[in-house]
Amino acid sequence: MTYLRPTFRHPELPTNILGFTRKDYEGAISTLCAGCGHDSISGAIVQACWEMSIEPHKVAKLSGIGCSSKTPTYFLSNAHGFNTVHGRMPSVATGANMANRSLTYLGVSGDGDSASIGMGQFVHAIRRNLNVVYILMNNGCYGLTKGQDSATADVGSKSKSGSENKFATIDLASLAIELGATFVARSFSGDKEQLVPLIKAALAHGGFAFLDVVSPCVTFNNNFGSTKSYSYVREHNHAASNIDFVPPAETISVNYPENTARELELHGGNKIVLHKLPTEWDPLDRISALNRLHQARRTGEIVTGLLFIEPESQDLHATLDTVQEPLNQLQEKDLCPGSKKLEQINKSYR
Amino acid sequence: MKPTDIQDPEYFHKVVDCQYACPAHTPVPEYIRLIAAGKYTEAYLINWESNVFPGVLGRTCDRPCEPACRRGRVEEEPVAICRLKRVAADFKDDISHILPKGPFPSNGKKIALIGGGPASLTVARDLAPLGYEIHLYDDQPAGGGMMRSQIPAFRLPEEVLNEEVNYILDMGIHTQFKTFVSSMKEILDKKYDAVFVGTGAPKGNDLDKLPGRWDDPDKIHIGITWLASVAFEHTDKIGKKVIVLGGGNTAMDCCRTARRVGGEDVRVVVRSPFNEMKASPWEIEDAQMEDIPILNNHNPKAFVTSEGKLQGMLFEKVEAIYDKNGKRRLEPTGEEVFIAADEVLVAIGQGNAFPWVERDLGLEFNQWELPKLNATTLQSTRPDVFFGGDAALGPKNVITAVAQGHQAAISIDLFCNGRDVHDRPPPMTNLAQQKMGLHEWIYDSAVVPDLRYKVPHADKKLTLKNRKKEVELGFDLEKAYREAERCLNCDVQTVFSEPKCIECDACVDVCPTSCISFVTNGAEEDLRTRLVAPANQLDQDLYVSSVLPTKRVMVKDENVCLHCGLCAERCPTAAWDMQKYLYNTTKAAPIWKQEEVV
Repeated sequence: MTYLRPTFRHPELPTNILGFTRKDYEGAISTLCAGCGHDSISGAIVQACWEMSIEPHKVAKLSGIGCSSKTPTYFLSNAHGFNTVHGRMPSVATGANMANRSLTYLGVSGDGDSASIGMGQFVHAIRRNLNVVYILMNNGCYGLTKGQDSATADVGSKSKSGSENKFATIDLASLAIELGATFVARSFSGDKEQLVPLIKAALAHGGFAFLDVVSPCVTFNNNFGSTKSYSYVREHNHAASNIDFVPPAETISVNYPENTARELELHGGNKIVLHKLPTEWDPLDRISALNRLHQARRTGEIVTGLLFIEPESQDLHATLDTVQEPLNQLQEKDLCPGSKKLEQINKSYR
Repeated sequence: MKPTDIQDPEYFHKVVDCQYACPAHTPVPEYIRLIAAGKYTEAYLINWESNVFPGVLGRTCDRPCEPACRRGRVEEEPVAICRLKRVAADFKDDISHILPKGPFPSNGKKIALIGGGPASLTVARDLAPLGYEIHLYDDQPAGGGMMRSQIPAFRLPEEVLNEEVNYILDMGIHTQFKTFVSSMKEILDKKYDAVFVGTGAPKGNDLDKLPGRWDDPDKIHIGITWLASVAFEHTDKIGKKVIVLGGGNTAMDCCRTARRVGGEDVRVVVRSPFNEMKASPWEIEDAQMEDIPILNNHNPKAFVTSEGKLQGMLFEKVEAIYDKNGKRRLEPTGEEVFIAADEVLVAIGQGNAFPWVERDLGLEFNQWELPKLNATTLQSTRPDVFFGGDAALGPKNVITAVAQGHQAAISIDLFCNGRDVHDRPPPMTNLAQQKMGLHEWIYDSAVVPDLRYKVPHADKKLTLKNRKKEVELGFDLEKAYREAERCLNCDVQTVFSEPKCIECDACVDVCPTSCISFVTNGAEEDLRTRLVAPANQLDQDLYVSSVLPTKRVMVKDENVCLHCGLCAERCPTAAWDMQKYLYNTTKAAPIWKQEEVV
């Protein structure tokens, strides 16, 4: 197998406002199976970061263990990276984020990493509203260990060997909404048109942004009877609302017919426009979003798009009222403000 | 757009840009791979079948393939295709036992070839194995035409030319050298079944109206005539100060030859701006390397003589002015320049001349005194007379002459068998899988940056002393291998099969040059704007699939595809496959079966 990717790129690749082309956002060539959905998600991350003109060296990529968690090697080579212990990505992300809030945090996890071994970590990161984009590459199986059913496999979904999953599924998107997450979306690796704007909106969101991306495992879970195969997801995908991401520098150029679009302001002047508004629920209303997901589970639909958002969310730093500067940039006089200040502090306790 | 019809033999042919640009459509990547594999004889034979003079062309070809080379789109310079051809010629084994050998069983037909240059020799090679009795007439003492008389020996050694001319003459061609054909009627009276005219463009343009032209005529020479007299050793010296007029390849050959036969202060003087000179860039470079200055924007005004002796030339300086449509006009600046010279070589173009063809033979000529021809069949208005090479449609180059020779041979064969000459045989094509293992291909798919290798030159001190000493030394085997590895194997096609595609996007993500997109269909102009990367090269096709399950189509911009095979390697269902496309223009006689050689 050739693991050599030519270094030539298209000579007329467009550049973003930093002067970078997509090449500057790429990583090493993937060692995942050919056709793995995860590679498409990596491609979407590259596209989203390039379009948003994020400086690659100001991103921290964190992941756990699994096929999904290998992917940070395959995008943003110039970003910081931390490959943690299985299921422990949220803790490390929390520590890193607390120590340096000036970076963009991108957590990548899988269904095994988040819905089984790391479930405890996952729920607490949500609860704290840690400012991180949490991308779950969800293939419903343990691809790295021969494809056993994972906790996100649907009841009745058939594995490659023909056996049906008998256990109840954990729907992490519903769970995230239930636990108070402030940005929850679901998408499909085979639909970059939807996925890229969602990743951009998630990156701009000031709080915990959860993206559950159904990502078929071509080797172990792309068979007939699987509910996470390319063809099944395409047939049952109910793309609810499409969104447009509008950075602060741009004005909304497309006029949407009245009552069908909704404009939401995110942090830093970014906007998103929800068009083709879902009729069945209101993405700003937690209860209606949960209802819709429950309904979909009953009918076997896969609802994709922005499921729920709370644009005015307060992230962990705001809750804890932490210092703005990264900890490693604090000087001695910031850390030891002197006896006068100490006196003041002591006084405040009296 | 409509789905691309890959059954059309021209579609994939066009993707192999070098081969498509070559007038003879030599399968370039095929022989370059053989060179990389050390199979020089096989590489030579592929060339010989297609372009008849690989050793000659490997040194002197105009290389229309190289500007077309895809490598030149992602890196500064194209693959040195021409000089790799020479490698095949230089390092091949003895091939005489492989070539078709006469005597061939006669088919009872007689053909006359007028002129012994590349076009005529190609016709001879293509028709002799079919049993035609071939009579070749030429006024020179040996075959080769302009390859012998106009290309100097320091660019093309006589042994190389002789070898390749003799491969053909040894097939039993009846040669009548030193025979100047002065009457077409005489030839036609000999009752040949067909006559082929390959007399080249023997008339060099002159400045016969320029003042002073006839005051010292012995010191003013027509370029191609002078080159021929040097080649045939009628001339072996020239004055110390020489002016060469003209900016084409003949001018470059004249100035470099002049440097070798006594010219010390040789200057090339051109009317046009430097960057519009007709000569190939590498020939200009070689001339400059031999200390020959090129003065541009100089319009000749007069030959200056004193007491009947040439003193030099007077030029007026001009400036190129371009109008809105980019059309050039040379505007005099008013400044005049005198350049001293002992002799002047006039190399300002050449043309055909047919004073020897009587006008009452049923052969019609057009307003420029060129024969009226069908450009495909090369048949004249007199059905048994065919033309080829510079004599046919105006001066071009050796490789065009060869290509026309092949076509004329097909026409002659059809005509002699009473068949319609417009019913041309289709090309031979073959599409072969390259899969060897899970992710292994028969061809070397890895693409790495590597700049073009320079061909070493012999020491100037030696080459300027000896007119026959070849300047270019050719690649050694190590350099040849490296240069061959620069080839992107554009003939290994990316073949897409819609029913297998699951639209996982793996190919889109991995393609290094962003060639592949999955989008909703549209008109071509619209599609070109909606792809992953801009597709602004309009002469490069879009490969469009039929509609896929998501109502989108796959669109591949062929422009900068590196043929690295990654799309096929990353495709989980083998909807992409790498398949080698062999395209061979059909010749009058099958020289051999390709598979017997390769």
